Amino acid sequence: MTSLEGIARTSEASAHSAAARRRHPWRAPGLLLPLAFVLMLVVAVPEPQWFTSRMPDAVDLDAIFAPPDASHWFGGDQLGRDVFTRVVYGASLSLTIGLGATAMACIGGIILGISAALAPPVIRWPLVRCIDILLAFPEILLALLVIVVLGRGPLNTLWAVGFGSMAGYARLIRSQVLQVRLSGYVEHAVVLGEPAWTIVTRHILPNTTRPLMVLATIGVGTSILTGSSLSFVGLGVVPPSPEWGALLADGRNFLDIAPWISLLPATVVAISVISVTLLGRRLQVLLAQGDVP
Amino acid sequence: MTIDEPASLLGLEQLRVSFATPQGIVEAVRGISFTIAPGEILALVGESGSGKSVTARALVGLAGPHAAVSAAAMSVRDRSGGTIDLRPLSSATWRAVRGREIGFILQDALVSLDPLRTIGREVAEPILAHQLLPRSAVAGAVASLLARVGIPDPEIRAAQYPHELSGGLRQRALIASALAGQPALLIADEPTTALDTTVQQQVLAVLADLARAGHGVLLITHDLGVVAQIADRVAVIQNGEIVEAGPTREILTAPAHPYTRLLLAALPGAETRGFRLSAKAGEPVPPPAVSFAKTRILEMRGVSVSYRRPDGSHLAALADVSLQVDTGETLGVVGESGSGKTTLGKVVLALRRPDHGEIKLYSQPWSALDESERRRSRGRIQAIVQDPLSSFDPQYTVQRIIEQPLLLHTRLDRAQRIERIVALMDLVGLSPDLLARRPRALSGGQRQRVSIAQALASEPELLVCDEPVSALDTTTQAQVLDLLSTLQAQLGLAMLFISHDLRVIQHMSDRVAVMQAGRIVETGPAQDVFDNPQHTHTRNLLDAMPSFGFAMVRDLDFLRYPDARTAP
Repeated sequence: MTSLEGIARTSEASAHSAAARRRHPWRAPGLLLPLAFVLMLVVAVPEPQWFTSRMPDAVDLDAIFAPPDASHWFGGDQLGRDVFTRVVYGASLSLTIGLGATAMACIGGIILGISAALAPPVIRWPLVRCIDILLAFPEILLALLVIVVLGRGPLNTLWAVGFGSMAGYARLIRSQVLQVRLSGYVEHAVVLGEPAWTIVTRHILPNTTRPLMVLATIGVGTSILTGSSLSFVGLGVVPPSPEWGALLADGRNFLDIAPWISLLPATVVAISVISVTLLGRRLQVLLAQGDVP
Repeated sequence: MTIDEPASLLGLEQLRVSFATPQGIVEAVRGISFTIAPGEILALVGESGSGKSVTARALVGLAGPHAAVSAAAMSVRDRSGGTIDLRPLSSATWRAVRGREIGFILQDALVSLDPLRTIGREVAEPILAHQLLPRSAVAGAVASLLARVGIPDPEIRAAQYPHELSGGLRQRALIASALAGQPALLIADEPTTALDTTVQQQVLAVLADLARAGHGVLLITHDLGVVAQIADRVAVIQNGEIVEAGPTREILTAPAHPYTRLLLAALPGAETRGFRLSAKAGEPVPPPAVSFAKTRILEMRGVSVSYRRPDGSHLAALADVSLQVDTGETLGVVGESGSGKTTLGKVVLALRRPDHGEIKLYSQPWSALDESERRRSRGRIQAIVQDPLSSFDPQYTVQRIIEQPLLLHTRLDRAQRIERIVALMDLVGLSPDLLARRPRALSGGQRQRVSIAQALASEPELLVCDEPVSALDTTTQAQVLDLLSTLQAQLGLAMLFISHDLRVIQHMSDRVAVMQAGRIVETGPAQDVFDNPQHTHTRNLLDAMPSFGFAMVRDLDFLRYPDARTAP
């Protein structure tokens, strides 16, 4: 912005001082900081080498239990691996699990939720009860159940986390569908002569998925956390893969002598989850105000 | 008149209200002045967006945080005879004025009454807030207030919650709560807009009684019928300015300003049948462009529908209803809310299956069909609803809305569809520029036009119009009614026209069916039903019709279009 533009803007702002006082909703720091962090994570997934020149499995004997300094930002672990590098490379696994599990939960939730709202009663009622029962269990317990059946590994962790949170989405979709089904435009579509299937795909589905998008954004944070928790207890992604939960688990035996091995990755996990969740909340507010088409 | 005149309760000079919006500063009220004397009802009339509600809210300091209010003078006379300058008031002093010096009656009693409080608690609120009476005397005061606004069994009603009361009782309870602080001045913002005609009469009678008892009343309304009935003086407001003011009779019989004439000419009624209400008001609607053989389109025989109440009992929404609609005619269905009009519309549209009886379309089964068989013929009966916004998918643009029926009922290709959509927009008087808009970004009148264009896309033979103009103000209503009657003449449409507004029914219908509690109590040619009602309920409805002389409107039209009424 040139200085001339700056002057023009100031005079404009003073002319509409009341309007200018209200900050544009997109420019709030509560949105920008998490957005910057999440963008960084998104870049780290395909291009981790942009952030670090080391490899996650490279062992440097001089760096065993090295405290954080200029060359090892997050210090070194018990085998002399650079913790920062492992966190950066771990972003790929953790985010994939978070996003993949949420996507899976959403798709499953939509199918389950729509059937639980619109299927004939014979199918509908057992489905509703199933969802209720699933909701009664904590997510992590359901995820453990899936791991027990499928075994450990990154893909199975994704399935497990997704299955654990599916019931919540299904419940939301069901209540949305029930609401939209009674709306004036669905009734009007019947009057226009639209076939039932068109009504579901053209009207009900698009109008129910909007609140789902918000819940899903918040859900990504939770999924990252659930995935990491599974890895932490040794049931998700197995070492030496640099998954965030696994990193924490690695360091917990050395908390007394090298707390950074656990604490710094834990901080990154916390900031990621908070950022993603904040973004989701912000999106929710903006959607409610109708600023987003 | 100056505000120093001791006779005036309220003095207002050069009131200006502007709002700062992201698009710039919007001036909603631009220099309004008036006074109100004790015992006087001043009506502030204008269409929506004219600034009348903002004026009312500014007078009680409720114009909102983004409003900039200024006035040369704005004062109210207090109970001791002194005057309170309302301009520099802090929120604490505003609270002392509101309810105590100025009573404010809001538009919608259902949303304005706290659902968790009993009526008695609500009415007692101002008494307790201003500490007017000892607690022991409050219950008695509440009962007498409720009795004063004509609520029967005040002790019982005081213990009930808002949802247990009918709309009319709720509105009266709201008036009672505005009266509780014994203010000399009452401001009523559209107090009867949401009410049935008969209930409207009761509420207006209460307001007239209060004026007779010495209260000054500022009545905000868009309904000239209401104005003619109870207002002593009228101020017509347009774009935030008063364009004409004076005694009611003078303004309504000899309006000087073109805008007042426009408002008056837009009133439907017996005399306006077959004539236009808007733009070229007074001109006859052109005779049918197409000639058609008279055939029976719709026949309803012995149709009954009942709903199950939550307690298991059954509510008969329709009981043994029979009626028929022929080509090109309009059957008006009139009744109060809850009389089954809307259910009738839904049954005709086959959205609700009748419990007994049958509906036939062109002597073919209609209500008895399976939805999959009926779907092919759905284009023949289309609907226009009260609130088109709710009948449009919020994600659709205008173009997609009108395209919906074309995709379903025609085999036009993309280019042909667009050509047809533009033609339909032209037919309902909308510019094709609006096609990319979403319905939310349209005005009420434009939305209703879009819904008419959508309904016409499948070339229906029957239009079911359920309160199509109830949510619109008088001038927009006039335009939409004109559009419907012009289209009917052009296309030979039959209409089932459902409304609670007798004037609209009288203006539009060839035949009329009067409904009460799910039954049709009287049916016949519009002229007969209105001139010579047989059933008591019809007579009650007609009596409640705002009685102001349509003669006035007619005289006015004769003045402007001397030949109009003699045209064939």
